[in-house]
Amino acid sequence: MKRYLPHTLLAAGLAGAAILHFVSPQLDDYAVNILVLAGINVILAASLNLVNGHTGQFSLGHAGFMAAGAYASSIATLALAPLVAQAGQPAQHALFLAALLFGGLFASLCGLLVGIPSLRLRGDYLAIVTLGFGEIIRVVIQNTNALGGARGLEGIPAWTNLFWTWGTAVVCIYTIACLVNSTYGRGFIAVRDDEIAAESMGINTTKYKVIAFVIGAFFAGMAGGLYAHLITFIAPEGFNFLKSVDVVVMVILGGMGSTPGVVAAAILLTLLNELLRDFEQYRMIVFALLLILLMILRPQGLLGNFHKRPKAKP
Amino acid sequence: MDWANLAQQLVNGLSLGAIYALIALGYTMVYGVLRFINFAHGEVFMVGSFAGLYFHRWLKPFCEGMPAPISAAVVLLASMGACALLGVVIEKLAYKPLRNRSRLTVLITAIGVSLLLAYSAQLLFGAAPKGFPQLIENQTISLGGEATVTTEQLVVLGVTALLLVALRFIVQKTRMGLAMRALSNNPTAASLMGVNTDRVISFTFALGSALAAAAGIFFAMLYQAIDPFMGTLPGIKAFVAAVLGGIGNITGAALGGVLIGLVETLVTAYSQNIGIPSGYRDAVAFVLLILILLFKPTGLLGKTEREKV
Repeated sequence: MKRYLPHTLLAAGLAGAAILHFVSPQLDDYAVNILVLAGINVILAASLNLVNGHTGQFSLGHAGFMAAGAYASSIATLALAPLVAQAGQPAQHALFLAALLFGGLFASLCGLLVGIPSLRLRGDYLAIVTLGFGEIIRVVIQNTNALGGARGLEGIPAWTNLFWTWGTAVVCIYTIACLVNSTYGRGFIAVRDDEIAAESMGINTTKYKVIAFVIGAFFAGMAGGLYAHLITFIAPEGFNFLKSVDVVVMVILGGMGSTPGVVAAAILLTLLNELLRDFEQYRMIVFALLLILLMILRPQGLLGNFHKRPKAKP
Repeated sequence: MDWANLAQQLVNGLSLGAIYALIALGYTMVYGVLRFINFAHGEVFMVGSFAGLYFHRWLKPFCEGMPAPISAAVVLLASMGACALLGVVIEKLAYKPLRNRSRLTVLITAIGVSLLLAYSAQLLFGAAPKGFPQLIENQTISLGGEATVTTEQLVVLGVTALLLVALRFIVQKTRMGLAMRALSNNPTAASLMGVNTDRVISFTFALGSALAAAAGIFFAMLYQAIDPFMGTLPGIKAFVAAVLGGIGNITGAALGGVLIGLVETLVTAYSQNIGIPSGYRDAVAFVLLILILLFKPTGLLGKTEREKV
């Protein structure tokens, strides 16, 4: 029975996303918007958690991959939308799914390009290099006229809905959960816990790091596509370093390496962001203090580790 | 080839490089004693330039009648002192409780401190850029031909050179400098030999932050506008400079800073000739960083550090 549990949960999750979609006309637009944003943040946080939490590679470039996916999928739908305009709903949905996957694949290609050279580094160096790559992606977009340059890309069709967002989120969580419980997952955790020991046990650490990085980038790209088709306007400024920090805060608050914790933190912070909208200038100060205090008092995260005991640090 | 233009770009690059060098020294010294990247260092640089702005206002009655260079020096020293204090406070409150924790924990805290400083500054001073007063009379001196150098640029270069000499003296000739080098070489052995590690670490933060404050004032002098987020990019570029020179190596950081300043200015000035728009300016340092880490991760003057199990 236990063997089928993940698949049952996947089916249940997808059904939940569908139900959410069908009740959405009952909700007001604002609520739907927040729910969609929460879903996108769940995807971002869960995918970054695979890299930061499970594999222990501190990446600060998640917004860069999100941007890559957002631009790739938007270009695809902007080019092909007139063709499916007459073909009706199913064709449009098919195009949207294809565009999202294209965005994800493009982002994972970027992830591969970034990962192969930089994942030989560790810890703090990797953080700076990924930050650098995120900024390079942003600067390239800013200077490419075909992508709208600094003005951004507008007129993207508003196709993102609750089903696509939470459907992707469920698939993302499912993929990561299966991955972490597989041989690969053992590899990720071995790399995180002690890279030198893992290497001497014959684990190809670079391979595992690159795999985690590419899959993380894939889902970040999908999240970017969903975001672009929700807001219908994207500009390079929206994917700067601070966006990456937002996601990092979710992962750390949730507890690095704990998927349930990170998902909960993503939802919580999305809601908190909305509640604090009137106190915009205090919001980041609160986040910053939260980060510092959390690291000093409870580095395993607020919600993390309720399913396992904290392990003793040497 | 337009030689006058090249000379001009070299002068500009050199003065920008001096600023990066001053910031890079703080990164490299802190890395030397604590083995971690003080992400908040760029924000200390930002606070330094705001301190300069406000000290200039507050000390105006006090500096009345003083010649401009002296009052500028007073403002500079006051800001350096304030930032040294800030550096020590940050270290005591945020980093000290995390000694012997994983590097990642400290890095995340440093990001937190950096955000806290930037957004607190935004709350206090507003997000809009502020004009920076002219601290010294600015004249343009011709270098022959079209190329010119301003007095401000000369002051920046001269004072930076002075600070570098002073730093070298502190590190090489004083007991505190000896303790810093000992700590950087082997923390355990240093503390067994009676080095008060906490005091040395505080001193290192004070020294690095004071240099960052000087860099902040020089940056504000040359570019005349300051804002709460001005520290992020120069901070990261200075970090790249520290890595280029070999992190932990003081001469290397100064050299790396000058090189990054020169390369960035030259690329911005000449990249259009080979079809790259000048908007790529901010990507230059990152591309350089990736190249260094790929081909010479120890930097120009750094030495390889073997990992012990």
